[in-house]
Amino acid sequence: MEIFGKTNIDFLGMRRGAYILSVILVCLGLLAIVQIARGRANLGIDFAGGTSVQVLFDDPVDLSQVRGVLTAGGFPQSELQQFTGERRLFIRVKSEGEPVTGTAARIEEALRKAFPGNPFVVERSSEVGPVIGRELQRAALLAVVISLVCIVTYIAWRFEFRFGVAATVATFHDVVAVLGIFFLLGNEITLLVVTALLTLAGYSLTDTVVVFDRIRENLRTRRRGSFGEIVNASINEVLDRTILTSLTTSLAILALFFLGGEVLRDFSLALFVGVIVGTYSTMFVACALVYEWRVRARRQAGGVKRQAQSLH
Amino acid sequence: MKRHLAWRASLVGVAALLSFLYVLPSIPGFSPLPGWWMYVRPLIAVPPPQPINLGLDLQGGMHLVLEVDAEKAVEIAAERRMAEIRRALEGEGIGVERLERRGKTQIFLQIDDAKARATVEGILGNYPEMERSEEGPAGFILTLSSREVAAIQERAVEQNVQKIRNRVDEFGVAEPLIQREGDRRIIVQLPGIKDPERAIGLIGKTALLEFKLVDDRQSVEEALQGKVPEGSEILYEKVLDPQGRVVRRIPYLVKKQTLLTGDVLTSAAVRFDQDTKAAYVAIAFDRAGARLFEEITRQNVNRRLAIILDGNVYSAPAIREPITGGQAQITGRFTPEEARDLAIVLRAGALPAPVDVIANLTVGPSLGQDSIQAGLRASVVAGILVVLLMVIYYRWAGLIADLSLVLNILMLLGALAAIQATLTLPGIAGIALTIGIAVDSNILIFQRIREELRLGKTVRSAIDSGYGKAWVTILDSNVTILITSLALFLFGSGPVRGFAVTLALGVLINLFTATVATKVVFDWLILRGMKRISI
Repeated sequence: MEIFGKTNIDFLGMRRGAYILSVILVCLGLLAIVQIARGRANLGIDFAGGTSVQVLFDDPVDLSQVRGVLTAGGFPQSELQQFTGERRLFIRVKSEGEPVTGTAARIEEALRKAFPGNPFVVERSSEVGPVIGRELQRAALLAVVISLVCIVTYIAWRFEFRFGVAATVATFHDVVAVLGIFFLLGNEITLLVVTALLTLAGYSLTDTVVVFDRIRENLRTRRRGSFGEIVNASINEVLDRTILTSLTTSLAILALFFLGGEVLRDFSLALFVGVIVGTYSTMFVACALVYEWRVRARRQAGGVKRQAQSLH
Repeated sequence: MKRHLAWRASLVGVAALLSFLYVLPSIPGFSPLPGWWMYVRPLIAVPPPQPINLGLDLQGGMHLVLEVDAEKAVEIAAERRMAEIRRALEGEGIGVERLERRGKTQIFLQIDDAKARATVEGILGNYPEMERSEEGPAGFILTLSSREVAAIQERAVEQNVQKIRNRVDEFGVAEPLIQREGDRRIIVQLPGIKDPERAIGLIGKTALLEFKLVDDRQSVEEALQGKVPEGSEILYEKVLDPQGRVVRRIPYLVKKQTLLTGDVLTSAAVRFDQDTKAAYVAIAFDRAGARLFEEITRQNVNRRLAIILDGNVYSAPAIREPITGGQAQITGRFTPEEARDLAIVLRAGALPAPVDVIANLTVGPSLGQDSIQAGLRASVVAGILVVLLMVIYYRWAGLIADLSLVLNILMLLGALAAIQATLTLPGIAGIALTIGIAVDSNILIFQRIREELRLGKTVRSAIDSGYGKAWVTILDSNVTILITSLALFLFGSGPVRGFAVTLALGVLINLFTATVATKVVFDWLILRGMKRISI
């Protein structure tokens, strides 16, 4: 069975449209980064500091009632999420600056007093001081930067410098775009989400490398055809594989999303969006960048040559 | 070719068998390992089989990050030297006009009689780690050298780690982890802990036991209004209600000078009063401490001695007579559990410097179990979907790819068990993700084989060139995932590291299973005379 067989889609031809889309996505992502830096984005407590408690009640509880209880208990700004038929509650309270130990106990105490007939079990709790949160932000940033540097180095070594930069730009585009989409959805950005971002960077890079490999091989073996034609042909040749691998990876990620439990939900969402964006960026961004660069360079070189000739 | 094939086939077989043997202990209700394996294993020097090491988010437990207030240790060290200098001066009969601490690292001493300078300098010479300068004819300033400060701080953190380890040992947690991180931080992990709040109370308590005299020259009430005499301070006794909340604070006026601290204790045990059945802690001093205690009680009969823990007064009994036995009791309004915990911290020793809990992540055991099941379910479903997809798309070749996928996961689990890497919930996600990504290598090879077949090559040569041409791409694509896994491992904490390890191992093993293992099958089929390939 083959999905596409012999195709001849002009990917490079569509690059103008792709640029527009990509610019929008990257701007969204950069906006997200700015908002994160200003502390206006929905950062999980592992980055922002604060307390979170996840409890499972015996009977369903009313969310607004819980909110009232927490406000009365000294936690005016709490974020609540409900799962599992309204019995499972995830409570998040941002850090106010005072020491964070004991806040989980206070929250549990307030709940216990407010719902005496409805016992609950504390499934997990986290108290994170603001210092650790800041350190983690820095570490996350460092990890992303180091990854990108290693990627440039590796690809530049295996292919050539232009390819390395193009691959890195495409990867950076993917990470930033998914971050932006998450920011747009208002989802919490936690340590796991950043993990997903780095993972999808690796995955998108894999995708890109497969196409670059084919381009390199075709450049070596083919005599005819302009650079653009070869690039297009390469993308078409690996299209089957690209779609199929995206499919297998997406199936696995969707299985995680639906069956993996609440803790992994945001993580798998980020990965899923990442796979889609990554596949798109491989076909329309990375290759287009390589094409543009080479064509520009050739044109410049051609221009210089002509000038030199005309001087004689 | 045939011999080569036999080699490779046995390699694959051995890998599968080893992995299976390592995975076996982790399956609930597994039967004991075969006897011959127990013989062979030590001979081939591979690690002993153990169940997979579960992270805290899967077993349940507590992860604490403590920060040591090392500056406080410096202050305490300065205080201690001050007390020693005072005793030495008193021993020489030199009158002290003023002896106080200035800032964290400085002591200021002014003596009555400038003529005693020489003697004082002799005494101060015993403290080479303190830099000396003079202020006026009878004044001395002593500053702890920066090297000494650094040494004190270093020692404080090391001792804190040790003392916390002692306290945690008393808990009876199966495999606690107490580790220093960086300059000032201590990581404490308590898997399977049932009573997290008690644990924090026990670990975070400085447990500095001090004995100070109650200052009865003046009434507490006057002091509360602001007239605190020099050299004294107000400390409080906390009265708690049954829920553990403070209902009352009783003030005491005590002299600042610490006469005795808890480091002279040799033992602390819980006892119950015969009559009132109330719990108390019986403590015993070492010889030097016992002598000091006797001296203190002898010099201060009919005065009250406040017993203070971490700045809170526990009790302030009156001294009726000198106590020579080197034993004392700490009474208070204790529950038996509080008394037991107090005895634990006194036995383990006070922390040289206070600690702050800056992060506390606790996972209950029920969630751990749920997470494992959810993760496994997701992985199994992912596996089934991917297997089906491969068969639909590549037919029999797809089935071969699926077998290599199964081997991949088996070897991954075996590797995790063998090296005792910690499996976390994101780690299980990593297994599911590996399932999705691993088949990519197979897809790359199969696409090539199809292309070669389309060019008209024979089955055998199509297969060989397919593998040959795809290898470079497979290597490149797997390395890129390894790079990001490495970055994740370096920057991430426990759960994230678990994910990075699973992903990296999965990808590395994939290099073997997607190429060697599947090739073995194809080569064998060719050998058997396969002329057409279902791909």
